[in-house]
Amino acid sequence: MDQLLQTLYAILNSAISPQTAALAIAAIGLNIHFGYTGLLNFGQAGFMLIGAYGFAISIIAGLPIILAIIIALVAALIFALILGIPTLKLRGDYLAIVTLSAAEIVRMVGRSSLLTNLTGGSNGITGNEYRSPFTDLSFFGNGSLDIGPFKYDLTGSNGWWFIATAWFVVGLLCLFAWAIMRSPWGRVLRGIREDEDAVRSLGKNVYSYKMQALILGGVIGAIAGIVYILPASLQADSMGRSMTYFIFTALLLGGAATVFGPVLGAIVFFAIRLFVQGIANQFIPSAIMNGQQTEQFAWIVIGVMLMLVVIFRPQGILGNKKELSFDVK
Amino acid sequence: MSSDVPTTTSTMTAAGAAAKQSVSGVEAVPGVSKPDPILTVDNVTRRFGGMTAVDVKHLEVQRGIITALIGPNGAGKTTFFNLITGFDKPSSAPKLIGGPKAGEAAKSTFNGRDVGNTGATKVAKMGMVRTFQLTKALSKLTVIENMRLGAKDQPGENLFVSVIKPLWAKREAEITEKAEELLSRFKLLDKKDDMAGSLSGGQKKLLEMARALMSDPVMIMLDEPMAGVNPALTQSLLGHIQALRDEGMTVLFVEHDMHMVRHISDWVVVMAEGKVVAEGPSGTVMDDPAVIDAYLGAHHNTDLGDDSLLTDEVAEELAAEVQNEELTEGEIKA
Repeated sequence: MDQLLQTLYAILNSAISPQTAALAIAAIGLNIHFGYTGLLNFGQAGFMLIGAYGFAISIIAGLPIILAIIIALVAALIFALILGIPTLKLRGDYLAIVTLSAAEIVRMVGRSSLLTNLTGGSNGITGNEYRSPFTDLSFFGNGSLDIGPFKYDLTGSNGWWFIATAWFVVGLLCLFAWAIMRSPWGRVLRGIREDEDAVRSLGKNVYSYKMQALILGGVIGAIAGIVYILPASLQADSMGRSMTYFIFTALLLGGAATVFGPVLGAIVFFAIRLFVQGIANQFIPSAIMNGQQTEQFAWIVIGVMLMLVVIFRPQGILGNKKELSFDVK
Repeated sequence: MSSDVPTTTSTMTAAGAAAKQSVSGVEAVPGVSKPDPILTVDNVTRRFGGMTAVDVKHLEVQRGIITALIGPNGAGKTTFFNLITGFDKPSSAPKLIGGPKAGEAAKSTFNGRDVGNTGATKVAKMGMVRTFQLTKALSKLTVIENMRLGAKDQPGENLFVSVIKPLWAKREAEITEKAEELLSRFKLLDKKDDMAGSLSGGQKKLLEMARALMSDPVMIMLDEPMAGVNPALTQSLLGHIQALRDEGMTVLFVEHDMHMVRHISDWVVVMAEGKVVAEGPSGTVMDDPAVIDAYLGAHHNTDLGDDSLLTDEVAEELAAEVQNEELTEGEIKA
């Protein structure tokens, strides 16, 4: 019983953690790509990395935090342009291949030993080097605050200040996504998702709209990267292919082409993992499955779950079956 | 049939008569020049490997009339459509290096502007809007959303404006009103909140046509508007097409059903094997030997499904013909 309670607490804590918020933000960006426009971006983690590096390196160079954020977002914009210009006129598969490999290139360059004094190589950059301008902004004061199962410092790393700002950004982006997707702009994107030629025949510049969507979603991905590294550290390998896969899982789980789907998906994604792990820890004797193996087991369950969702509920938890973002049959 | 839709067989409207009149003096030869062409096409060739799908030397489409483009399967009608509307590029398009000679390069002018090297988006913006043979109604948007998508000059289609609704709400209300008006004309108003995917094939054709009209086109190009549409709906579709012409629009359409073509078109262009083989007023072009050879066949005037045509006389004639054929076959065998 005690352990069940512990698992529950762990789930609740992960549900509000800034890391979950970062995953949600990345999924909101991917939702603009994949959910609304039908762009297959398999490199959302690359956009996160670009944002994270842009932010951290600018701060270390002594720039003010606002400028650092702007540099991070502009870097993502340029990255999106580079990826989009050659591929968006071609069929969707090409974008998938190019984004997948471009994200890997960013990661490999970031961890390359040649750039150690800039990116920290494979060790990355520790949080202390870029965190302080952000914690200095806090008006939460010092000390700590306990609310039920949540016990955090007010301002310290991973504390309430980080949690509050991260979820504030999530809320803001949800509002933004809702506002643009109900507009005629969002309508054009949904038209493109289904049939580019039909939209083209109505005099809309499909290429330009796809580019706008790619840039917008990528810039939101860069914001996710900043939120992701603020309470932790920047390591290239933490935002690799598996991160892109987590983002896709969260998006499909919650429901593509919905406003709250990415957020719900991100929370549920971590909750299920911790739940499976907690249950397995408690009920499966360690002779059969030890602590490390339960973690791997939890990932396997997540993978199976993704398959089940795509097959049996392709619209996700919140999605509208009539407006599926991808055809299963 | 409701009264507001002009029926095809009824008396001709004044605009219809004027349209026929405007091309009455034009000689019926392929590539003839017309008094007021809205679209002029020169040297448009499209090759797929060794096969030449389209090879049109010169063609003009008269403004404000209904022009039908007919021809057997594989004549290159749809490819020609794609070439004009910018969905495909002519093989004879001028190139920087190694293109065709100056006088032989593809050239097309629409409404006085060169559209030879213009993409589909721009062509549509200039007022030449098309529909597709396989309907492209966006089935995962509602009917009314499909319609709204067709409208031009929407400030809300700019990303930065789209965030703030008051900036585009007024225009949205305008186009919604227009969309509802068009939908009621096309008898789709009660379906406006349904997903377009739930419509029948014929209704999708109507929706696609209505959507194209949302942008107030100068010229509308319909690729087989009647295919897969039931006879009752065909009648009203024909009425709609004539109404468009009467409002001053130019209509170019591809069709197979000769009876339909004869009813509503003012001018007919016949394609075969990628070339324009004949053109002329709908009444006379069917008698052109080139057309009969290429497309119509000897019995094109008889509706094979119409029993009332099968009088005793005709039956006897056919029986005699069959007997005759049997005799000749017998001779060959012997």
